[in-house]
Amino acid sequence: MPIMQLQSTTSARAERIDFLMRAIILVVATIALSMIFLIFIFTFKEAKDVFFDAETRHEVLPTLFSTNWQPISDSPKYGIIPLLIGTLKTTLIAMVIAVPIGVLAAIYTSCFSPIWFKELIKPVVELLAGFPSVVIGFFALFVLAGFLQSLTGAESRLNALVAGVAMSLTAIPIIFTISEDALSAVPKSIQEASYGLGATKWETAFYITFPTAYPGIFAATILGFGRTIGETLIVLMASGNAAISSWSLIDSARTLTATIGAEMAEVVFGDPHYNVLFLIGTALFLFALILNSIAEFYIKERLMKKFRGS
Amino acid sequence: MKSPLFLLSLLFFLYSCTSREQVITVRGSDTMVALGQKWAEVYMNKFPEETVQVNGGGSGTGIAALINRTADICQSSRPMKASEHKKIREKFGRDVIEIPVAKDGIVIYVHESNPVAKLSISQIRKIYTGKIQNWKELGWEDKRMIVYGRENSSGTYEFFKKAVLEGEDFVDYVQTLPGTAAIVNAVSKDKYAIGYGGNAYSQGIRLVPVSRTDSSEAVEANEATVTSGEYPISRDLYFYLAKEPSNALARFIEWVLSDEAQEIVTAQGYFPIKTSKTHTKPTTSLTH
Repeated sequence: MPIMQLQSTTSARAERIDFLMRAIILVVATIALSMIFLIFIFTFKEAKDVFFDAETRHEVLPTLFSTNWQPISDSPKYGIIPLLIGTLKTTLIAMVIAVPIGVLAAIYTSCFSPIWFKELIKPVVELLAGFPSVVIGFFALFVLAGFLQSLTGAESRLNALVAGVAMSLTAIPIIFTISEDALSAVPKSIQEASYGLGATKWETAFYITFPTAYPGIFAATILGFGRTIGETLIVLMASGNAAISSWSLIDSARTLTATIGAEMAEVVFGDPHYNVLFLIGTALFLFALILNSIAEFYIKERLMKKFRGS
Repeated sequence: MKSPLFLLSLLFFLYSCTSREQVITVRGSDTMVALGQKWAEVYMNKFPEETVQVNGGGSGTGIAALINRTADICQSSRPMKASEHKKIREKFGRDVIEIPVAKDGIVIYVHESNPVAKLSISQIRKIYTGKIQNWKELGWEDKRMIVYGRENSSGTYEFFKKAVLEGEDFVDYVQTLPGTAAIVNAVSKDKYAIGYGGNAYSQGIRLVPVSRTDSSEAVEANEATVTSGEYPISRDLYFYLAKEPSNALARFIEWVLSDEAQEIVTAQGYFPIKTSKTHTKPTTSLTH
């Protein structure tokens, strides 16, 4: 009898806690969602004059897709093409370096390394993820720039390559840790089945474990990409910030984020220049949203089907 | 319903009433923030009953604060624009009060191994607008110039554009860096670099004497040449007030223009607004 009583009270309590927890999670999730929504509304509200205010529209739109970014000029020019090129250049360099290193390191740690090594390396790399980007920027400005210049013979010491290499340092830890988690989450039974069929260690790693964990690795890459494209301080310090439309990797580059970071401080509120900076912010926001949506809804699902046969 | 913010500001107000006579808030130029803070520190040591708060954020931020009445004094490293003058007139029904408080020489840095002995204003303009791109044209090696400048949010950028480029746009390959220190550092590491900024001394760079015209004599930036205006690229650093200064405010400004405060200007690497010999009491500028 006492046991029965105990059970019923615990289950009633459990239900209450369950309800409470659900309510808390709902509230927190709603707050988070509405914050993101409000930030977007605010950003767009400040940018909308570019399209809806006649005077601003006349000043901005004719030059918006030109190759001249000269907002502080007697005849201001708001060409965002060099900024787009700069963003793409630096981000691509960073990803080309970070994805192979991050993913391969994750495969090694998860499938080949001894346990003690994994337990040592993971926290260390996670620590690197929390490294302040301003410190990486300093490192790029003082050390990396000179080293890469002597290596490539670049005319300008500060260029897209320097910024890209420095930014890959922020993307590698993210890609590494999330990929590693995905690889380690692959059920041991699958690998054991592979060994059972006579596959070697590396065959199992590359043909079995890696494809099974692919959706997670893909998500890691997308997150790394998001971190890179949003990175401001490093590019501000290391890219040279010259708004030139050049695809050369050793020319200076100016990115969208660095432009906002550098110019927002002194811009006059409500000016066309101010509106355009917010338009850039809206564009970055949409960019991240689209990228994440593709990752979430399309590719991930398709890859799941392909690899899991379901 | 009273918001906590209101209560907080009420408490702060009461606190400031009881303990101090008045708090003078100074905001604006990042170029001037260290100077302003040094002034405030010395002033508060001298007059312990006064409080002066100094914040940076940029000249434009300071002007916005002045317009929004959140600052008593705006420090600005550039003269106010016509649009800003207009905003002050609309809001306060009067012209802004402009008080030059220090001078700043804009100097041209090159790498220490660079043999170019002098540059004229028109040569500098050609370098920054892309008409001179190679050091050969200035009699040195056949190498492309690496041109550094400031971000377009900087007061130094606007001053340079107006005074040296005569309003022309910078050529697009100018590499813009945040802050004078970053430019000095970049130039010191780049043999073929050129940059501009505040008067700064550092290893690895050389300050090039500047001449007003191609034929006139080049001048080095120092206290005598900058205060007399002989050095061709110097600018005033300003205090701006939007309304008639209170007694406490007038006392502070008068002190800032005194010999004692102007010596601090020199110690901070800027130049006094007037040489101490020709110094006159500038209180007249406060009364109209």
